[in-house]
Amino acid sequence: MNIAERKFALPEELPVQEVSTYTDTRQLLARARQEAIKKGYNDWLICDMDAHHVETVSWKEIVEYIEDPVLRFQAQLYHNERHGGTAYGLNGDFGLRYQDVGGRITHQADRRETVKNTKVHRDVVLTRRAMEGLAVDYMVVFPANMLHLGLHPQPDMEVILARAYNRWMVEKLLSVDPGIVSLVYLPFNSPEESCRIVEEYADKKGVIGFCITSVRHKPVHANEYMRLYRMIEETGKPVAFHAAYHWQDPSLSTVSTFLGMHALGFVWCNMVHMTNWILSGIPEKFPKLKSIWIESGLSWIPALMQRLDDQYLMRQSEAPLLKRMPSDYMRENCWYTSQPMERSNMKALQLTLEMINAETQLLYASDWPHFDFDTPGTIFDLPFLSEQAKRNILGLNAAKLFGLDPRRPAGVEDLD
Amino acid sequence: MAAIKVCPASELVEAGKKVVSIDGVEIGIFHLQGDYYAWHNRCPHQGGPVCQGRMYNLVEEVVDENRRSHGRRFNEEKLNIVCPWHGTEFDIRTGKSTGAQRWTLRPVKVFVENGEVMVDV
Repeated sequence: MNIAERKFALPEELPVQEVSTYTDTRQLLARARQEAIKKGYNDWLICDMDAHHVETVSWKEIVEYIEDPVLRFQAQLYHNERHGGTAYGLNGDFGLRYQDVGGRITHQADRRETVKNTKVHRDVVLTRRAMEGLAVDYMVVFPANMLHLGLHPQPDMEVILARAYNRWMVEKLLSVDPGIVSLVYLPFNSPEESCRIVEEYADKKGVIGFCITSVRHKPVHANEYMRLYRMIEETGKPVAFHAAYHWQDPSLSTVSTFLGMHALGFVWCNMVHMTNWILSGIPEKFPKLKSIWIESGLSWIPALMQRLDDQYLMRQSEAPLLKRMPSDYMRENCWYTSQPMERSNMKALQLTLEMINAETQLLYASDWPHFDFDTPGTIFDLPFLSEQAKRNILGLNAAKLFGLDPRRPAGVEDLD
Repeated sequence: MAAIKVCPASELVEAGKKVVSIDGVEIGIFHLQGDYYAWHNRCPHQGGPVCQGRMYNLVEEVVDENRRSHGRRFNEEKLNIVCPWHGTEFDIRTGKSTGAQRWTLRPVKVFVENGEVMVDV
């Protein structure tokens, strides 16, 4: 065909030829936004139950919120003078951070994009850009490196850093934008200090619940936690178990790849806590306490339901508080976030969603900006769900669970 | 279909690429050893902008005759485009995803005419 006969516009080079750590989040997620508009769910209420900011980038600011004057001074000095150090006081996995798959997924490595707006914290703008890209109305923001804090060798340090982080989080992120909300960090190694956090933060703006990071070796059913659960139950706000990986776990010591360790680690911690949570009768002791199980995907739930049911029917005397099958409690008293939603076998996924009563219990989550993030399209495109079920999972279930205003909240608009 | 001129062939260096929009249709054009390949800029995994990712040589496991592994290496003959959203990799020549070959990129006809890289859209 003669070029002169073409009916098409001249090709335009895309402004981003190759995505890098400097690419604007809005450009990187433009395709997700277009998809939402094209399919019409950009007008739906969408609540993203699990996204992250990188708190260590702001750690120099956060240590200013440490209450202990001696430790605060040490931390300030550390960040001013120490060369090559990581965030003061944080334990973690140091260089074992292979999430970006050797540079293939740059938004996991860093987001060095330009932010001109200095009226609000940079993380507010980055979060709003992600919300715009994903067509999300509410984004629940969690830290990243602090997901390992439950294993800190100094239990007091978990309390000190958690208190500093919570204060900073509420002041810098939650108080400035009604669409950015969070579940405050509970320093779970100390039941008393966890109770203190509940007392202090239950009514703070943007605090919609309480978070227990799942990477820890504390029995969630121990008597010392009963006062905490009662207090949380009385607030009416949920408690969440946010999973993570932990390569130092002896049970994962033979796993040779990040892929394998990540696949197992994010599930195993919540399987252990859920087993204790259910078999010890926490849902019977606290029938109004709502628990959310975050970032373990979904495929582990039917497996654990069947395992616990099978064993329970032979050993009921070991779980005398239970009046229903373990799977009944898992389906009726627990909520689950969707990401990373296993989609390689649609029949298995459909059955999973039926088994957990997804229409009321499932909450969409992106996990942005992590390498395995899910767009809202992963829910919208499921062929076996009704439109109402999709609307529930993408936003209405969360709005009901947290008492969120189902109208789109006005937020920070200057995203440049 | 209509043939559209994208750019002079000389603009696309060896292992180079250009990602363009033609009336809203985004296409990535790649040049490997004198051959040209063009794919729609949409990843079949979650719809990410696959052609705007980085290019990596295929990673292989080194296995000896006794089935023992000796680490990994890059295959210098095979180049993949990697979706920047989730890291899904596709052979630039075939459009097939690596490993289990679960997905294939949607092809666009591409050719060189009078020194110009052309695509049919």
